[in-house]
Amino acid sequence: MDLGRERPQVPARARNLSPIVPRASIAGRALVAVVAIMTFLASITTGTVLLISASAAEWQSEVASEITIQVRPAPARDIDRDTAAVTEAMRAQSGIIEIRPFTKDESAKLLEPWLGSGLSLDELPVPRVIVARVQPGTTLDLAALRRRVSAVSPSASVDDHRAWIERMRSMTGATVIAGIGILALVIVATIISVSFATRGAMAANRPIVEVLHFVGAGDRYIANRFLRHFLRLGLQGGVTGGGIAMLMFGFSESIAGWFSGTPVGDQFVALLGTFSLRPSGYLVLAAQAVLIAAITAWASRRTLFATLDDIE
Amino acid sequence: MVRFENVGLRYGLGPEILRDLNFLIPAHSFQFLTGPSGAGKTSLLRLLFLSLRPTRGLVNLFGHDVSLLGKDEIADLRKRIGIVLQDFRLLDHMTTYENVALPFRVMGREESSYRKEVIDLLKWVGLGERMDALPPILSGGEKQRAAIARAVISRPHLLLADEPTGNVDPTLGRRLLRLFIELNKSGTAVIIATHDITLMDQYEARRLVLHQGRLHIYE
Repeated sequence: MDLGRERPQVPARARNLSPIVPRASIAGRALVAVVAIMTFLASITTGTVLLISASAAEWQSEVASEITIQVRPAPARDIDRDTAAVTEAMRAQSGIIEIRPFTKDESAKLLEPWLGSGLSLDELPVPRVIVARVQPGTTLDLAALRRRVSAVSPSASVDDHRAWIERMRSMTGATVIAGIGILALVIVATIISVSFATRGAMAANRPIVEVLHFVGAGDRYIANRFLRHFLRLGLQGGVTGGGIAMLMFGFSESIAGWFSGTPVGDQFVALLGTFSLRPSGYLVLAAQAVLIAAITAWASRRTLFATLDDIE
Repeated sequence: MVRFENVGLRYGLGPEILRDLNFLIPAHSFQFLTGPSGAGKTSLLRLLFLSLRPTRGLVNLFGHDVSLLGKDEIADLRKRIGIVLQDFRLLDHMTTYENVALPFRVMGREESSYRKEVIDLLKWVGLGERMDALPPILSGGEKQRAAIARAVISRPHLLLADEPTGNVDPTLGRRLLRLFIELNKSGTAVIIATHDITLMDQYEARRLVLHQGRLHIYE
């Protein structure tokens, strides 16, 4: 039965169907920018924490494999003889693979930056330093070593840098905790921004949601229509922010090169080496960008279901 | 198919606008719902469509007590109900064809499986040449026909229509009524809310009359 008037036949053809939720109805550009900025900040934080941890681990392993003995000048003692005696005592200690006593001239060189050149150590009570390298993996009996050293030179002291390493360890720990704190704040800010954006999109598309409810669409179906937009926006933001951060680390050596020779540049190089990350660091940053995109999608989904409950 | 027992409805703390509604809507039945403006016709349709919950009483739809249904179950039941609202509720970014095909799309059907059906129905309601037009450029009558086509396309078990001929001329009104009658003959229970006496006089059917919140049934 055809109740219609006579009309030209329209051929049944495949149609490109419009998306149920139009892309333009979601204020995407602002959200992409927010996610990109958040990912960038998170990447810079993570990258810096990785750099500091790697540098600190390097220093610690270098320092932990050394012990330093100071032989101080004492009345009625010959410091050269004491130094030689301590060196001999150290040689007898198992687990020590290399001993390097600093000569008088070398000690003067160490003090040159503070006291100037042409220094005569005979006029100053400057201690003599002996550096010993410990076989990696060996645990030295420091108490016995101290006793042995004191027996040959009462004014000598043994320093295994433990206090320094502890300070270093706590500094690195504090940096990592601060980094995790910043990451947590960035993630919370991302979730809040995405929730606001989702609410805005839902408010703008409320008539569409109502019609979808009328035709029997469940919340899951409706949420998925929105979710694919937010996942795309999250990925765009994540890739942009993470990509810029990775490029920054990639070009860090060149950037650090611009400052070389300046006091600031030299301090940074001394502290962190260069800004270049290891390949595993880049993988961490890429994973983080994907994680932030996933968080965007999750936050959006959570808000979608909460908002759908309020729409008839 | 639908059973109301002692159903009452009030909005917030206001007075009860529907009181002690007791009626049955049998499968394959046809009825007009009428009454003066503000009598609660639209509210009753919304109760039937599960977009409102009664303040008291029992509403049983397709064998389910609606007070016990979750959101997903309500969505499933709504797939068996077609509704035409006074404000049409077409999606402005979709063509007439896409609006009418929306129930199939939500069911997850392939476009090729329903294309012919949608085109045939659009021709039937006189929108054959307007299927690629967007709703903002359709006239009021065309929007109404598109909304009706969307409501009937999936051959629902229950069709609810709120003033479905309010924006069309008498000739087209008669044609739309014939569409509802044909749909009813093919098995759909139909409830048409209207205060258009001329429309009701064209077809002998049960009349549900709402007056001061109460329902009077004329078989």
